[in-house]
Amino acid sequence: MDLIEVHDLVKVYLVGDVFVHALRGVSLSIQRGEFVAVMGPSGSGKSTFMHILGCLDRPTKGTYRLEEMDVGHLSRDDLATIRKKKLGFVFQTFNLLSRTSALENVELPLVYDGVPSRERRRKALEALRAIGLEDRAHHYPNQLSGGEQQRVAIARALINTPSVILADEPTGNLDSETGAEILGLFQQLNQERGITLVLVTHDPDVAAYADRVIHFRDGRVIQDVLRSTVHIK
Amino acid sequence: MRLIDGTKIALRALRANRLRSGLTTLGIIIGVAAVIAMVAVGSGARAQVAEQIRSFGTNLLLILSGSTTSGGIRLGFGTVLTLTEDDAKAIAAEIQGVEAVAASVRGTAQVVYGDQNWSTLIQGTTPEWFVAREWPVVKGRPFTPQEVDGATKVAVLGQTVFQMLFGEADPLGSIIRIGKVPFTVIGVLDWKGPSTMGSDQDDIIVIPVSTAKQKVLGMSRAGPRSVGSIMVKMRSPDLLDEGERQITSLLRQRHRLHPDQENDFSVRNLAEVFAAQEEIARTLALLLGAIASVSLVVGGIGIMNIMLVSVAERTREIGLRVAVGARSHEILLQFLMEAVTLSLFGGLVGIGLGIGASKVLSGLAGWPTLIASRAILLAFFSSAAVGIFFGYYPARKASRLDPIEALHYE
Repeated sequence: MDLIEVHDLVKVYLVGDVFVHALRGVSLSIQRGEFVAVMGPSGSGKSTFMHILGCLDRPTKGTYRLEEMDVGHLSRDDLATIRKKKLGFVFQTFNLLSRTSALENVELPLVYDGVPSRERRRKALEALRAIGLEDRAHHYPNQLSGGEQQRVAIARALINTPSVILADEPTGNLDSETGAEILGLFQQLNQERGITLVLVTHDPDVAAYADRVIHFRDGRVIQDVLRSTVHIK
Repeated sequence: MRLIDGTKIALRALRANRLRSGLTTLGIIIGVAAVIAMVAVGSGARAQVAEQIRSFGTNLLLILSGSTTSGGIRLGFGTVLTLTEDDAKAIAAEIQGVEAVAASVRGTAQVVYGDQNWSTLIQGTTPEWFVAREWPVVKGRPFTPQEVDGATKVAVLGQTVFQMLFGEADPLGSIIRIGKVPFTVIGVLDWKGPSTMGSDQDDIIVIPVSTAKQKVLGMSRAGPRSVGSIMVKMRSPDLLDEGERQITSLLRQRHRLHPDQENDFSVRNLAEVFAAQEEIARTLALLLGAIASVSLVVGGIGIMNIMLVSVAERTREIGLRVAVGARSHEILLQFLMEAVTLSLFGGLVGIGLGIGASKVLSGLAGWPTLIASRAILLAFFSSAAVGIFFGYYPARKASRLDPIEALHYE
C-alpha cells in the first residue's frame, strides 16, 4: 500500500488575468518510511506540490490519496482534520508562537485535537525528550538558538504521531553546522523510528541526506532518483 | 478545541499587549460608565417627578374661576370669582364618585410673630382640603367645619412658615398676626417639598375660607359666597374623565349658561398635567441614555479597530494554527473571545465607575440619581453585545485567511 499516491496533479492559479500553470500533471507515489527530497528552481512547482501534499491547498485536477483516502477535494475543515491527525509541518522560519514556552508550542496541535492538558503536557515532554530539549521546556523561543527553535518545531510536528512530516527548507535559516545537526536528526528519526519525511530544498547538499530525490521543473517531475539508481522520466 | 483552552489563548493574547488592551477597554469603560450614570440621572429625575406628583395628591380635578383663557371672548369681565361655595356643595352632593370637595380662596399676606415676619401664601379653605391634598397635620389639628362656619381665627402653618416664625419653638396656641388680624396657631402641616413647578409648597398658611374672605383677603365684588377655586378629589383615576364631564355640565347649568356661551370656569384634570411632566422626564431620560450609548458605540469601534490590527499582526500565527489543524470556527471563536473579553471587562469596570459617578453627581451637584439593577444588567449585556458585534468582522477575517499566504506573510 502506498502511503502517498498522486495521479496527474494539475494546479492552475489565476494571477491578475493570467493563468499560471504551477503543476502540469504530476504522478508519483511515496512509500511508508521513505526520506524524500523535492528539488527544483523557484517556479518549478515544488512548493505548490508540497502545499497540496500538506493539505493546505487543493489541486485543480488529479487525485491525491493519503493512506488510500482521497483527500484531494475535501472541504476546508476536513482538510484541517487531516492536517491535525496525519501531517506534521516544519518550516524554514520555524513559526513558533512568541511569548509561549517551548512546551506549549509543542502542545499546540493537541489543543486543536481536544486533548486534555495533563495528557498534552505528558506527550509534549516526551516529544521534547526525544529531540534532546527536555531541559529547555520552559524557555521562550527568543531564549533559544535557531537550531533549538527548529528542533522544538520538529517536536511539534511529531507530537500527533503523523503519517508523514513535511519540511519546507528546514535548514534555510540556519548556519551549515546547525543545519547538518537538524538534517542528522531527520535522518535519525527516519532510520530509528521509521518516520516518513518529505523535504523541500534547493540545496543539493541538503538533498544528499535523503534516500530519494525528486526534481521538479516547469510543473513537471523531470528526474526521480532512488538512492544511487537513476530513473529518468 | 476545548473552551478552557480557547479562553487561555484569548487571555494570553490580551496580556501580551497590556497597554493596548487597557486603552481599548477604556473606551468601553467610559461608554458603560456614561450609560450607567446618565440612566441613573434620568431615572432619578423621573422618580423625583413621580414623587412630586404623588405629593400633590392623586385623582384631583381643579376648577378655577373666571372664563377660559383659550380662545374666544372672555365672559364675565370684572366678575372674576364665578364659583361659589354653593357650587362646591352641589358637586359634593350630585356628582358620583367624589371623595372630597374643597372650595378655596388664596392670596398673600404679611405674617408677624414676635419680632419675626414673613410674607406667605394664605389658603382659605375647608377641612376637606387636607383630605384632597393628602396632606396631614403632624402637630396639633386641622380646623373643623364648625370653625369654618363661625369664621374662627385659627391657622395651620406650613413647615416653611413655621420655621421662619418659630424656629424650634412650639407654635401651638401662639398668636400670630396675618395682616393686622390675630390668629391662634392650632396645627402644623407635614413636609411636602417643592412642587413639580419648583415652588415651595410648604410656604403656606391654611385658614378657614370664611375667615379668609371676611378678615384677611377681603370680600369679592361677586358676592360673599364666591371662591377662587374648587378642588375635587375623585375616588379612583378612571372616574376623572367622567367627573370632569359631569362637573362641567352641572356648573354650566348652575351658572345658567346658554349653549352658545363659553364656560365661565375651567376644569383641569391634574392627571393630564402630570402626565405631560412625566413625559418630559421620560424624554429627558431617553435622551441622556441615547447620548451615552453613542460613547459605547465609539468604544465598540475602538475594539474593532484594535482587533483588525491584531489580526493583521498575527497573520503568521493564524497561518500556523490553521496548518496544525485549527478549523475556521476555532480561529473565529478565538478572536471573538478576545473581543468579548475586552468588552466584558470594560463593562464590569464601567459599571463600577458609573455607579461611582452617579454617587458623585448626586453628592456634588445635588441631582437625584437612581441606579436600577435593570440598568446594570442592560449595561452588562450591552457590553457583551458590543464585543460580539464589533469583534465578529475581524474574527471572521482571521478565520478566512488562506493558510499558505498567512504562513508566508511578512
